[in-house]
Amino acid sequence: MAMNTIGRPTAAVANDAAAPTTFSGARGLLQPTSLIFETGSIDRTGVDLPPVKGVKSRLGGVARTTSTGNPGLSEPEAVRHYVRLSQRNYAIDLGMFPLGSCTMKHNARLNEKMARLPGFADVHPLQPVSTVQGALSVMDQLSHWLITLTGMKAVALSPKAGAHGELCGMLAIRAALDAQGQAHRRRVLVPESAHGTNPATAVQCGFIVDEIKAAPDGRVDLSDLKTKLGDDVAGIMLTNPNTCGLFERDIREIADLIHAAGGYFYCDGANFNAIAGRVRPGDLGVDAMHINLHKTFSTPHGGGGPGSGPTVLSDALGPFAPVPYVVTRTDGTLDLVEHEVDSDGEPFGRMVAFHGQMGMYTRALTYMLSHGADGIKQASEDAVLNANYVQACLKEHMSPAFDGVCMHEALFDDSWLEGTGVTTLDFAKAMIDEGYHPMTMYFPLVVHGAMLIEPTESESKASLDAFVASMAGLAKAAKSGDTARFTGAPYHAPVKRLDETRAARKPVLKWSPPVEANKIAAE
Amino acid sequence: MRYLPLTPSDREQMLAKVGVASIEDLFLDVPEIARLDGPIHDLPFAQGELAVERHMQRLSNASVAAGSVPFFCGAGAYRHAVPASVDHLIQRSEFLTTYTPYQPEMAQGTVQTLFEFQSQVAGLLACDVANASMYDGSTACAEAVVMAARVTKRTKVVFSGGLHPHYRRAARTLAKHSGLEIAGLPMAINDEAAVLAAVDQNTACVVVQCPNVFGTLTDFTELAKAVQAKGALLIAVFTEAVAFGLVTPPGEMGADIVAGEGQSIGNSLNFGGPYVGLFATKDKYVRQMPGRLAGETVDADGTRGFVLTLSTREQHIRRDKATSNICTNSGLCALAFTIHMTLLGDKGLKHLAQLNHEAACETADAVSSIAGVDLLSESFFNEFAVRLPGDAAKAVEAMAAQGVLGGVPYSRLRQEPGFENVLLIAATETTTAEDIASLADTLKKVI
Ligand SMILES: Cc1ncc(COP(=O)(O)O)c(C=O)c1O
Repeated sequence: MAMNTIGRPTAAVANDAAAPTTFSGARGLLQPTSLIFETGSIDRTGVDLPPVKGVKSRLGGVARTTSTGNPGLSEPEAVRHYVRLSQRNYAIDLGMFPLGSCTMKHNARLNEKMARLPGFADVHPLQPVSTVQGALSVMDQLSHWLITLTGMKAVALSPKAGAHGELCGMLAIRAALDAQGQAHRRRVLVPESAHGTNPATAVQCGFIVDEIKAAPDGRVDLSDLKTKLGDDVAGIMLTNPNTCGLFERDIREIADLIHAAGGYFYCDGANFNAIAGRVRPGDLGVDAMHINLHKTFSTPHGGGGPGSGPTVLSDALGPFAPVPYVVTRTDGTLDLVEHEVDSDGEPFGRMVAFHGQMGMYTRALTYMLSHGADGIKQASEDAVLNANYVQACLKEHMSPAFDGVCMHEALFDDSWLEGTGVTTLDFAKAMIDEGYHPMTMYFPLVVHGAMLIEPTESESKASLDAFVASMAGLAKAAKSGDTARFTGAPYHAPVKRLDETRAARKPVLKWSPPVEANKIAAE
Repeated sequence: MRYLPLTPSDREQMLAKVGVASIEDLFLDVPEIARLDGPIHDLPFAQGELAVERHMQRLSNASVAAGSVPFFCGAGAYRHAVPASVDHLIQRSEFLTTYTPYQPEMAQGTVQTLFEFQSQVAGLLACDVANASMYDGSTACAEAVVMAARVTKRTKVVFSGGLHPHYRRAARTLAKHSGLEIAGLPMAINDEAAVLAAVDQNTACVVVQCPNVFGTLTDFTELAKAVQAKGALLIAVFTEAVAFGLVTPPGEMGADIVAGEGQSIGNSLNFGGPYVGLFATKDKYVRQMPGRLAGETVDADGTRGFVLTLSTREQHIRRDKATSNICTNSGLCALAFTIHMTLLGDKGLKHLAQLNHEAACETADAVSSIAGVDLLSESFFNEFAVRLPGDAAKAVEAMAAQGVLGGVPYSRLRQEPGFENVLLIAATETTTAEDIASLADTLKKVI
């Protein structure tokens, strides 16, 4: 083979000139990204379809005469458009994503591959049950894992995400209360530290929210809880481990108090990943708990979903689960119960069309089979260890919100930033320049300027050490008055800091042709 | 364990840094009675890829894949051909393994695609504004109902008898607890007059579907005007998004809120989920909308960019006063939708819709020429209803035994006297002439 011996190797030359603006709008590997509406055209298509036959239409006079206005792109253009856009996203596959409460752990590709097997991906929800026994087995096996891991009695698989699972559990509570003639119980106790979906869910179920205070140690204030109990209380919605990343050590007492008062205990299971395989919520007195398969069992978040929020139920609430559910017939085959017994008078009913998030069930089951009972336990322990390690390494630089060890998340407040002119938001934006997705900020609300760091078990020690070094560096910079590093951040992202106020003041929520856009601007 | 990077010696060093002797010391807040002494019983231990794959493959083999047989099921989920590039692109790490774009400077890929998605959905449905997706069509329908009650401050809801029974159930579950009163009309192939008659001074909305669950197409323009004249909103629902390549979109008929299923563009059947709920409305109601919204803005240099916006409607800001409790939505399914739509364009979509309609027309001709089979839908898009001489569920079972998935018996959706013999049959661009011939042959044999 002939080698190129004439080519001239480049040499690095020192150069301190400012980077020039390019003519293309690109910045090296970072390509410009126009909207499809600017590059596509209304008569272009990237899909080849067989010719139409000209069969006489039977649309009954309801034929569309207008354009959708949606441009098409050929396949190469489309692929390039989305690949360019993808390169403006951060992702766990790129680096650490310590977004507290959201549990950004590794998404195994085996799970993706399994979810795409034709017996799961290419089956219709209403095929005869005799033709979907494998799909029903996935639901059945997943149910077994979830019930066993949580020590609960039943599970409703169909909720579509965490918030939908909350709705399922709270509707079951409401149905149970109604069935007991306790329909007057309408007050639900929700700690101030709760995720926003908790109070929103309670209200959607027709309950009234009563906030309970946090004690100075970041847990439920038991004395405040006691004063709020009464015979109009339907239950409590408590996250455990809680949103401060702490285990509610009085949880059994809380459960007993709520039960003695005639209410039910809903547990927000978004943080189950800290204790899965080590602690069973059923042993803690929980009546209902959703599990975010997209957190604890690693189904990918996909930029905002889809999720899956199966809800495990106690003996008391099991009978109030929504349809559908899988049952085993006497001959060992599986069946789906899809109809409520009493079609309009039943207490609860159906939450969703079909059977829930099959694509997430297969991924979660694959995760469970891969990890096993031992691996799930180890994953929880590593998640907790990683968070404690980060907390231990950062406590000399930043101010932990609470003393002592944490569970799977390390929570800091912003007291250490006082007087620096740097806010939690600025600090977060500077983390973008460091190549990290910022931690969750300003949540939970009970901690001022909260910074909630969840490393997950997917990070190696080396990765954590690098993160800690970067955070420590930023902390020192903030304290030493290098404010511009923060207030002007991000400097190295595809765009500079975006103006969210402007977006909300004059909402532009879809593309309009330039003429129209100009007209709107002129008005 | 292949997914866990920490080694035993890492763990030891880290415990030392934390200042505890063992991992147990990090779990001391757990009440003693709830502490387990080892891995949970009754569950298997970790397995390698090969073993797991074998297990899952066996389960997959125990179902009949739609693509392996003549297939005519619809009723809210449709089998379409999705270009290979769609599934490839949504599996790019940067889309698949990222979160809701809370930090827009490092999520422009996600927020811009959502902005494009919203624009395409608004165009498809002919509405002013669409959100960044709901869980699916049925939950979108449920949210539309409670939104209508918020907008009108009224408490009665009228469901047309042509609405998909699962949608009706899901909407009822949510609406009932918001203190709404439900007037559900009997299942009917066409009940415009009855819908209007049920509207009174306290009616917040009527919920109609086009194409409806029996496949029938109805122009709701006059109904919308009449309903609005009584101070109520018209909610238009759909389960087959491809229809609007050929069928008058709900926005043009004057619908106030449009809620439906986007699965059939970009997404596979998946045994019912995950799917993608499409939700659109008029500009004047945007602040009452549920769900996330992507909007255009500029960065500090004046460069165009996109962010999530109007979040004061949402649970993370408004908590118990939010328009909905939704947080996670259907991001990746919305991405699949938008990529497929971009590949199709207006031209491709119309072509695709025409192929669907033609396949359904041919199927309807073949089936309704069988003695004893009556075509119930006068007009339809890619799905229609027939009445068989006997029980439709039994006919479907018998056809399945002969290797044909011949449709969905209506009784599968709702058990209602008088509808036992009704069969819903859908055809798409994936349906071949041989499939149609097999269906007709088999159906003839089993009835
Ligand atoms: C503590 C907590 N509860 C509930 C939720 C809601 O879950 P989802 O987004 O799946 O609806 C979240 C999600 O961020 C959470 O962190």
